[in-house]
Amino acid sequence: MEYRKRKKISQASAFWVFRIMSIAVIAILFWILGFIIVNGFQAISWDFLTKMPEDGMTKGGIYPAIIGTLCLTAGSMIFAFPIGVLSGIYLNEYAGKGWLVRFIRMMTNNLGSIPSIVFGLFGMSLFVNTLEFGDSIIAGSLTLGLLALPVVIRTTEEALKQVDNSYRTGSLALGATKLQTVVKVVLPIAFPNIITGLILSVGRVSGETAPIMFTAVAYFLPMLPSSIFDQVMALPYHLYVISTSGTDIEASRTMAYGTAFVLIAIVLILNLSANGLRRYFSNKVKTN
Amino acid sequence: MRKKMFRGRKYFIEALWEGLLKISGSVTSIIIILIVLFLFSEGLGLFKKDVIEEGYVLAVNKDNPIKDLNSQQIKDVFDVKIESWKELGVDVKDDKIILLRLDDIPNYVPEEEIAEDMSNLDTIINNIIEANPGMIAFVPRDFTQKGFNAKILDLGTINLKEFVTGKEWFPTAHPAAQFGVMPIVLGTLWVSLGAILFALPFGLAVAIYSAELANKRVHKILKPVIELLAGIPSVVYGFFGLIVIVPLIQKAFNLDVGETGLAGSIVLAIMALPTIITIAEDALRSTPRAMKEASLALGANKWQTILKVTIPYSISGITAGVVLGIGRAIGETMAVLMVTGNAAVIPHTLLEPVRTIPATIAAELGEAPKGGAHYEALFILGCILFIITLIINLVVEYISYKNKNKVA
Repeated sequence: MEYRKRKKISQASAFWVFRIMSIAVIAILFWILGFIIVNGFQAISWDFLTKMPEDGMTKGGIYPAIIGTLCLTAGSMIFAFPIGVLSGIYLNEYAGKGWLVRFIRMMTNNLGSIPSIVFGLFGMSLFVNTLEFGDSIIAGSLTLGLLALPVVIRTTEEALKQVDNSYRTGSLALGATKLQTVVKVVLPIAFPNIITGLILSVGRVSGETAPIMFTAVAYFLPMLPSSIFDQVMALPYHLYVISTSGTDIEASRTMAYGTAFVLIAIVLILNLSANGLRRYFSNKVKTN
Repeated sequence: MRKKMFRGRKYFIEALWEGLLKISGSVTSIIIILIVLFLFSEGLGLFKKDVIEEGYVLAVNKDNPIKDLNSQQIKDVFDVKIESWKELGVDVKDDKIILLRLDDIPNYVPEEEIAEDMSNLDTIINNIIEANPGMIAFVPRDFTQKGFNAKILDLGTINLKEFVTGKEWFPTAHPAAQFGVMPIVLGTLWVSLGAILFALPFGLAVAIYSAELANKRVHKILKPVIELLAGIPSVVYGFFGLIVIVPLIQKAFNLDVGETGLAGSIVLAIMALPTIITIAEDALRSTPRAMKEASLALGANKWQTILKVTIPYSISGITAGVVLGIGRAIGETMAVLMVTGNAAVIPHTLLEPVRTIPATIAAELGEAPKGGAHYEALFILGCILFIITLIINLVVEYISYKNKNKVA
């Protein structure tokens, strides 16, 4: 009896501890989100989103930073998406199980875990200095693209893995070539999941600061870029600058809240739309 | 005939397509090789750089028996921390060290005597050094050419040992920059280990709760919450830490500055949580149902089953999650840069400002002139970071490899 009671109590208390800690983690997220949304919402206005920064970045808007982030993110995806998807197709559909494939997989994993500041160093050394692009959209986009590449590869592979093998064998049995099978049968089924992965990697890329610090961004540049060899402002770097080393940190606090709000909003919107897409397609197409 | 041609074209396209795929597949490997090449080729130049500023020499009286000084000693001498030759282990007639820089020359020679084009500076410096047995001069190499018979110290280049064991990081110090990575490496480890200490209990608790206890409805809330935590940009975490956590720590511990290692650890802990939770949860879920049911059938309750069956079974997966979490913490840049205060001193408690490897690179690369010793030292820091993450990855790979074999 004594033992049974102890057993029961220890289970109940352990479970309560887990429950409380889980609630704490959820609370932390809502604390961060709430803090930035509540404070940032006051800073948001149409002018804030569409005006140039003024008065040493204490007034005005963040328009050039929004455009800069858009350019950098789009540029990185133009580079990373095709290569990443092709690479994912190769790994899942074509490559066998030899040492070469194991090596490529290992390298992809490694690339995915390299700290973003190392990408910044590499991008600066290769794109900015060696290829002489200078601090520019193209140098920043390529650097960010390298960072996004492993994410795109991994999600493509995952998406392809979920396609049931009977589709492939069925298509091949009907006389289709491997290329036809992959392009006309496998890819359309895997497409929604690949797109979801793309959206999530856009979210990751748009918030990165370290890789673009030395390859693309300007501290203050109140105009829009006219070519891919121009410097730009970017949202994450802008937030870093005005919250740590701006001309007047206290005066630009509202701007900082607003910028953080926009960054969070981007991530939230992308996450929600990725989830929505996933749900929409999973009702429509049965992947396996 | 036409059929044959069609087949030939088809074959050609297939081959082209496969070639394209192979090239794309190898891109990541090529990038890694390029990263290694560029990082190391930029960084290793550091060990070919002179200990003191380029183009300068240190000269002493020719009767001075001293042979060689390391960069730490040079810095102490010119900071007037070391004032006598005895402290450097040599006997000089005039024991007190007298410093001579170009600016000091007018104290010894009237300015009219110096030629307009400085052509006689060699002799002037030479004469000053000869007159003062305890003098050490820091002068441009150009002024030590004709008729110069004072002893020029052969200082050699920056060496790896001093780089690794050096306790001071003053990359812009004059005349000898100090590149000791010890405080930075230790700072990185301190902050990351602190972060894991905070993140581990929470991460494990959430993983167990989510994998074993939560019903579907709770799971539906937890999963997106964790995905969101992983998605928030690090600069936003840094901003939050700077405005909320730093003042909180300052108040709670009554400190002069709140930007401390502790603030960094807390922010990093929040950031490492998603990694630990997702991987640990996957590991817990991979426990075979039969094992758990056997335990329950033997009379163990749920908690005993988790403690004695599920956790031991999935321990390697949990370890992998923790190791990856540490990796994420070590490599994190912006958040740490914003909240840790960035003082390059060896930390003794978590309540002091510290500086990590990524934060150092991010803070200093913009000001380091390209190709200089400072620039190269930052690339070496990048190499160290790269090697650390490589090791962490290999460890994780090894763990999951062993795990796979166990299941098979």
